[in-house]
Amino acid sequence: MKKSMYGKFGGQFVPEVLMPALEELEEAYEHYKDDPEFRAELDYYMTEFAGRETPLYFARNLSKKYGIKIYLKREDLVHGGAHKLNNTLGQALLAKYMKKERIIAETGAGQHGTATAMAAANMGFKSEVYMGAKDVIRQHMNVYRMELMGCKVHAVESGSKTLKDAINEALRDWVTNVENTHYLIGSVVGPHPYPMIVRDFQSVIGKEVKEQIMEKEGRYPDSIVACAGGGSNAMGIFHPFIENKEVKLFPVEAGGKEMKTTDKEALHSSSLCVGEEGILQGAHTLILQDKYGQILESSSVSAGLDYSGVGPELAHLAEIGRIKPCNVNDDEALEAFYELSRLEGIIPALESSHAVAYVMKMAKTGELGDLVVISLSGRGDKDLETVFRLKEEEAKEEKEGCM
Amino acid sequence: MRIEDKFTDLKEKKEKALIAYVCAGDPSAEATKEIVHSLVKGGADIVELGLPFSDPVADGPTIEAASTRALSAGMNPDLYFEMAASIKENVPLVCMTYYNLIYKRGTEKFARDCAESGITGIIVPDLPAEEADELHEACKNNGVDLIFLITPVTTESRMKNNLDRTSGFVYIVSRLGVTGERVDVADSTKKILGNIHTDVPKAVGFGISNGQQAAEVIKAGADAVIVGSAFVNIIASGDNINNRLENLAFELKESCKQ
Repeated sequence: MKKSMYGKFGGQFVPEVLMPALEELEEAYEHYKDDPEFRAELDYYMTEFAGRETPLYFARNLSKKYGIKIYLKREDLVHGGAHKLNNTLGQALLAKYMKKERIIAETGAGQHGTATAMAAANMGFKSEVYMGAKDVIRQHMNVYRMELMGCKVHAVESGSKTLKDAINEALRDWVTNVENTHYLIGSVVGPHPYPMIVRDFQSVIGKEVKEQIMEKEGRYPDSIVACAGGGSNAMGIFHPFIENKEVKLFPVEAGGKEMKTTDKEALHSSSLCVGEEGILQGAHTLILQDKYGQILESSSVSAGLDYSGVGPELAHLAEIGRIKPCNVNDDEALEAFYELSRLEGIIPALESSHAVAYVMKMAKTGELGDLVVISLSGRGDKDLETVFRLKEEEAKEEKEGCM
Repeated sequence: MRIEDKFTDLKEKKEKALIAYVCAGDPSAEATKEIVHSLVKGGADIVELGLPFSDPVADGPTIEAASTRALSAGMNPDLYFEMAASIKENVPLVCMTYYNLIYKRGTEKFARDCAESGITGIIVPDLPAEEADELHEACKNNGVDLIFLITPVTTESRMKNNLDRTSGFVYIVSRLGVTGERVDVADSTKKILGNIHTDVPKAVGFGISNGQQAAEVIKAGADAVIVGSAFVNIIASGDNINNRLENLAFELKESCKQ
């Protein structure tokens, strides 16, 4: 197997002009990842700036209602409000060691963009973030946050105006400015070495869970549940447990409105569940595509899961049966959003709400076991407007229905 | 017609090649046939027929928009090969597309469809040599050239590997960035041409849109110029396109004769 592959997935399907940059990045990463100075500096940022470690919180009320022990890994408490900063700090530091001047990124919900802007501002980089025009509207507070931190945000008007198109635009920028620019990819997607690098930086989540659950329960959980768009928080919490075969791993995808696929768009984002093998944005992975291989536009209430592909390592783990892909739809995710807010006083991101929803749905079936850890990948403040708008629309529809 | 034979002919005539890119199906499959005819009439020696992909990351806004128009007008790989087979111009046709469309169709079938429809070369901008074993094999089996790219930042070891593998011609990306018209032809073109040592014809693309730029590139040592966005812009304008395409091809080809 080539080192860039996860089983048959992965690889480096990028324009020739980027190949030297990927080689340079891989070399730098291999050189610094165990370098004591690099590690010490990263630890400093993780502790003092990001606020690690995050708690593993026993969700008492949720557990009581659903009849199993549920713990929440509180990545929503990381500075910036999501797990994204774990990776951006790691990569920005790497870019600093590589003497790059400029950082670019793409963002869906805006969490990765915000985390990139934070890391860049803190370490003195110029930063520019590409974001689908549709997401700019959905998540305009995050746009403002990025701008406050000195980051330039580009609204991408092409294609479906979401994450996929933002990635295309960021790749185009990188192709043009590859000599002085680091492309800070925000998930376990794209060409090698990105899926590996992002996974490694995010693995801090799972490593902490291992110690924390041992301390609290004296054993590993029966199941770990995490939402998966590209899959960075999922890989981050799963990876340290891959060898622990007794722990079931559930990546929860966005089932969107319904699991139907039309010619031009999928009404969901469940590429692990129903995607087909193909090549998208640098990697051989599972993607939503038509019979000719044209990429289908995905759909989800949560901008961060609204992506037509998934990380290649997750595709591999699904193929060998180590993880169990599943999904919940928009309505179920919204219900979980309300439920966790009311029961625990924690407003989850709409992305994380998918993971919570799956646990709510499956708790009684026995499928998850008695002890479950949910990756609460981010907080829901950024989604308040989306949810508010949905409520308004719903009220309007009900009113019209009565007339 | 094979690409190699075209370059042999041109060598005898002491001419360099004009390679014209258009996106198949923009604005319609029927129009593309006329467009190819006009380009050849004007002097294009090789025609690159883009097979549109939904996510063309190596292309700039001009060609991305053309791809979107073509896809909306219903272009797809089945139709593409049908249309290519119906083109009877006496020039080599080259397919330019992204790897997922090839992968989805199956590399062997794709190469065979090319050969059967008269397409004699394939360019895949998101398929570096490292990932190309399967398609390379399929192309060899079907007598189709697989054309690799060299850029200003290609390292020496990669350069050698890409030159060893490419056939038909080598596609030299003259500058960093995506496809699209540029005001000047970068100095990097001259530098990169000076560094490439090969018997395979050297075709330079990215940013060339007029006769003067083409002449500069030829003077710097290229065996061919590749022009895309300038033609695609004419098509996008929708105004008297066949005459204008022919005139631009003529202007560019004149620069290839010096």
